[in-house]
Amino acid sequence: MYPESFSYHAPSTLDEALGLLAQHGDDAKLLAGGHSLLPAMKLRLSTPAHLVDLKGLRGQLQYIRDEGDTIAVGALSTHHQIHTSELLGSRAPLLAETAGHIGDMQVRNVGTLGGSLAHADPAGDFPAAILAAEADLVLQGAGGQRTVAATDFFQGFFETAAEPGEILIEVRVPVQKGGSSYQKFYHPASGYAICGVAAVIEGTNGTVSRCRVGVTGVSDAGYRATAVERALEGQTFSAELAASAAEQAAAGVDPLEDPFASADYRSHLARVHTRRALTAAWERN
Amino acid sequence: MDKGFVGQAVKRKEDPRFLTGTGSYVDDLNLAGQVHAAMVRSPFAHADIRSIDPSKALALPGVVAVIVGQDLVDAGINGLPVGWLLDGLKTPDHPSIAVGRARHVGEIVAAVIAEDRYLAEDAAGLVEVDYGTLPSVADVSDALKPGAPTVHDDAPGNICFEWSIGDKDATDAAFAEAAQTVSLTLRNQRLVANAIEPRASLAQFNAGTEEYTLYTTSQNPHVHRLLLAAFILGIPEHKLRVISPDIGGGFGSKIFNYPEEVIVLHAARKLKRPVKWTAKRSESFLSDSQGRDHATEAELAVDGSGRVTGLRVKTLAAMGAYLTTFAPAVPTYLYGTLMSGQYALPNIYCEVTGVFSHTVPVDAYRGAGRPEATFLVERIMDRMAQTLGEDPAEFRRKNFIGKDQFPYQTPVALSYDSGDYEPALDRALEMVDYRQFRQDQAEARRQGRYLGLGLSSYIEACGLAPSAVVGSLGAQAGQWESSLVRVAPTGIIEVFTGSHSHGQGHETAFAQIVADELGVELDAIEIVHGDTGKVPFGWGTYGSRSAAVGGSAVVTAVRKVRDKAQKIAAHLLEAREEDLEYVSGQFQVKGSPDQAVSFGDIALQAHLAHNYPEDLEPGLEASAFYDPSNFVYPFGTHIAVVEVSPETGATKLLRYVAVDDCGPLINPLIVAGQVHGGIAQGAGQALLEHAVYESDGQFLTGSYLDYAVPRAEHLPSFETDHTFTPSPHNPLGVKGIGEAGTIASSAAVANAVIDALSPFGITHLDMPLSSQRVWRAIRDAQPAAAAD
Ligand SMILES: Cc1cc2nc3c(=O)[nH]c(=O)nc-3n(C[C@H](O)[C@H](O)[C@H](O)COP(=O)(O)OP(=O)(O)OC[C@H]3O[C@@H](n4cnc5c(N)ncnc54)[C@H](O)[C@@H]3O)c2cc1C
Repeated sequence: MYPESFSYHAPSTLDEALGLLAQHGDDAKLLAGGHSLLPAMKLRLSTPAHLVDLKGLRGQLQYIRDEGDTIAVGALSTHHQIHTSELLGSRAPLLAETAGHIGDMQVRNVGTLGGSLAHADPAGDFPAAILAAEADLVLQGAGGQRTVAATDFFQGFFETAAEPGEILIEVRVPVQKGGSSYQKFYHPASGYAICGVAAVIEGTNGTVSRCRVGVTGVSDAGYRATAVERALEGQTFSAELAASAAEQAAAGVDPLEDPFASADYRSHLARVHTRRALTAAWERN
Repeated sequence: MDKGFVGQAVKRKEDPRFLTGTGSYVDDLNLAGQVHAAMVRSPFAHADIRSIDPSKALALPGVVAVIVGQDLVDAGINGLPVGWLLDGLKTPDHPSIAVGRARHVGEIVAAVIAEDRYLAEDAAGLVEVDYGTLPSVADVSDALKPGAPTVHDDAPGNICFEWSIGDKDATDAAFAEAAQTVSLTLRNQRLVANAIEPRASLAQFNAGTEEYTLYTTSQNPHVHRLLLAAFILGIPEHKLRVISPDIGGGFGSKIFNYPEEVIVLHAARKLKRPVKWTAKRSESFLSDSQGRDHATEAELAVDGSGRVTGLRVKTLAAMGAYLTTFAPAVPTYLYGTLMSGQYALPNIYCEVTGVFSHTVPVDAYRGAGRPEATFLVERIMDRMAQTLGEDPAEFRRKNFIGKDQFPYQTPVALSYDSGDYEPALDRALEMVDYRQFRQDQAEARRQGRYLGLGLSSYIEACGLAPSAVVGSLGAQAGQWESSLVRVAPTGIIEVFTGSHSHGQGHETAFAQIVADELGVELDAIEIVHGDTGKVPFGWGTYGSRSAAVGGSAVVTAVRKVRDKAQKIAAHLLEAREEDLEYVSGQFQVKGSPDQAVSFGDIALQAHLAHNYPEDLEPGLEASAFYDPSNFVYPFGTHIAVVEVSPETGATKLLRYVAVDDCGPLINPLIVAGQVHGGIAQGAGQALLEHAVYESDGQFLTGSYLDYAVPRAEHLPSFETDHTFTPSPHNPLGVKGIGEAGTIASSAAVANAVIDALSPFGITHLDMPLSSQRVWRAIRDAQPAAAAD
């Protein structure tokens, strides 16, 4: 596979990287793990004239930090680091669990959280967890920093709220309360999610006080299944309730189609996996 | 004493170089001054090529040439030939580069040659082709409909051939008298071959001697040379040397002549520089010949005692847009002749229509015709057992050809020379613990879990093949095999074989055969293959023929060498030949082992010829041309156990038991590898793989993001065993095992899934039994099942 030719830049500071983005505008693309970008370039589906490699910024952007109510995850943290992080495992386990479902060991060792979210593949796994965890995404532009809520970040097919010239530097994950689960139906060819559902449920004495459900793979972008959440909150949890709430998993969504899964099958899988995720999350609550 | 390498699980001699990255594949080779080719391929399934403007591409510095179809015509280069002819076969011209019209997505419309491959790809994107798109058709049934777009004007109605085998009237009569009949409409879906090494070709032309050298990914370099030289380029055969070095798998797809080989040969001559092309994986999807793709209607009849009396089959077989080298043979003589399976089935009639459509050509893919036949026979046997309410294992057993019935003449041409089917069935049932499984299955169903077990009692005809027989059936090739065994003065033995190893492990298995015949170590033996400049001739490797035919040629040649060595030994020992025996690598006088001469000393004397029999030529080498007297007929029973999730439709393959009879095993490790890989491919067809075309011929599954191949996680640990019924007609008694796993396993897995779904009243589903297809079937069936 033969990409078009391009210039390669290896900045060592964030400012330098932002400067290169400003200088080359639409002709430039950031390179993180390269596990989405390089395959697209090899097929000439993506043809950036300038690649700005973030590898030199690992010292600054590869960390998983305890900040009290929040766990701050640097954008260059790899899927493997997230999957095996004890801090995340104990305080925000949904993210760690989800990371373990991505690709294979080679992919997890190289792919990054920032790249994954910025790429916004509709079948990527992280969006589901980021949405259910109600994480915030920190974007750095030449003019300064801003924070975008997960629900506002994913906007469509490979489309996010990040502006050209901005770099996703950090994901801020609230310390998780309650139980969580990520349930994935793997595409047999790509291994991506035909459907992936992340759920967090909190409750006491059998009553659900708070429920968050993020769904990926089903629509052109990850989304929160708010109808499911509403159906559960304030109710006494039961298997029947989870099942009936899960019926709303793809409500109002225009499901994706491919040779492996048509729209009705995808919606069905979304319902099944939502029920499973709710049930498993409640058990861990 | 005999060392007995044959039968031992010797580790493969070739593996260290493969595993340490020191193999030498075509793409690893680079010649001084080499330039690179990139192909411009049609994005349309059917289009007029109104004009091609290469000027922008040629303007790019480093671009050497742009070649179009007319250039090949002007150079006197012919289209690609068909190597198997049938009565009334339509053989439309198959140019290496389209002239005037493209007929499938991926067909080459121009080739760009440049100083490096990146440049060549850039330039390929700059070649401006003015296409006028035309209506197109992809599906075989659609292609036969009145008014369907025509692929070739000289094949009206898109019919490539109409062929049949068996006795129609007798079969119709059997159906008229039947106590019960069942019918089955099935699609055997199209597949991509997926060799791990993409195809590659590197051509060199010596302007002084006018000799071409072609390094190419070929399963049969001599066939490549013959067809390229005599039919395509029109040059004397000795002016083309074809070298097929280490090759990373073929599965049939590397048997055929391909356009890219012709293009690099032409360009190398024109440019006087070596020209290299290596397929990108996306080109493999669009240009390697694909497999299967049948639409079939079949009926089976039984008499009042449940014995099968008739099988009627009507198949539409996709040929794609052009005929490749052996395409017409695959859905005919490699398919219709297998319809008897393991069964005493007295009346069979099978009709096949070969159909052109605007898709990538279809030809042999691992098993080639036999998996399609086995799938049909084993699926319809299950269907009948279910209809009669009989146990599928016992229904098969009852209908097996008895072991005292061999040789058994089937109604579809083949004569099975040997077989004993019950022991393999019994062993497989025992390994899977059949009775226990049926209890577990019943218990699981009570808990809402759906387990299924599927049998496939397969037979295949391989070891292609008696030359006169295949000749009478349309082959434009012989099917014997050659071997030359040459002993060096130092006693090192070089074995030149016309078989080709592209994963099969000939360097080890053939060495084991020779080592035993001569009582020497494996390291003393070098197996040489894959080079028309070294190997005298050969028909190559496909149809599970290497051990049975190639191996037989090796044994025959090495025995001739031993016979000559015995004459030399007799002279050296001053004994009579018949008083000598060969033990542990030396000839010795019977009863007095101290009077002995080693093979190494004999080899030296054969070359020195100082102390030598007067009436004997010096040297120690012999060749053999082995033409088998029949096919070989491996068989066995495979059993798959699955669990189907009624909620998602996902199938999990829980167990896979394979009992194969391929005669004696030369190397059990290699046999296991072949069986394992074969099962994986067949299970892949059953559950996952599908080359999907849009109805207009756009190809939807052109990458591994969309085309699912089985991975380790999809498969259980296989449980394998063997029964041993030697072939009666070759010196080693061996039968092929290269394709058996693939031939058997699709049916076993599919039958298991259908068995699991039987509570829903589902009696058939087409492959791949994807989760979506299974889920949909359950959903559609449930109301009916509930109403029961
Ligand atoms: C074989 C294989 C299997 C895979 N399976 C899965 C799977 O099952 N599930 C799944 O979710 N993913 C899967 N992936 C994708 C993988 O997770 C990628 O690593 C990920 O999607 C992208 O991350 P990256 O670091 O590789 O980004 P890159 O490929 O380097 O970049 C992706 C895009 O994001 C941009 N970008 C990168 N970093 C930033 C940043 N910090 N700020 C702004 N923009 C940025 C780039 O410019 C580019 O456009 C698979 C990939 C492969 C190769």
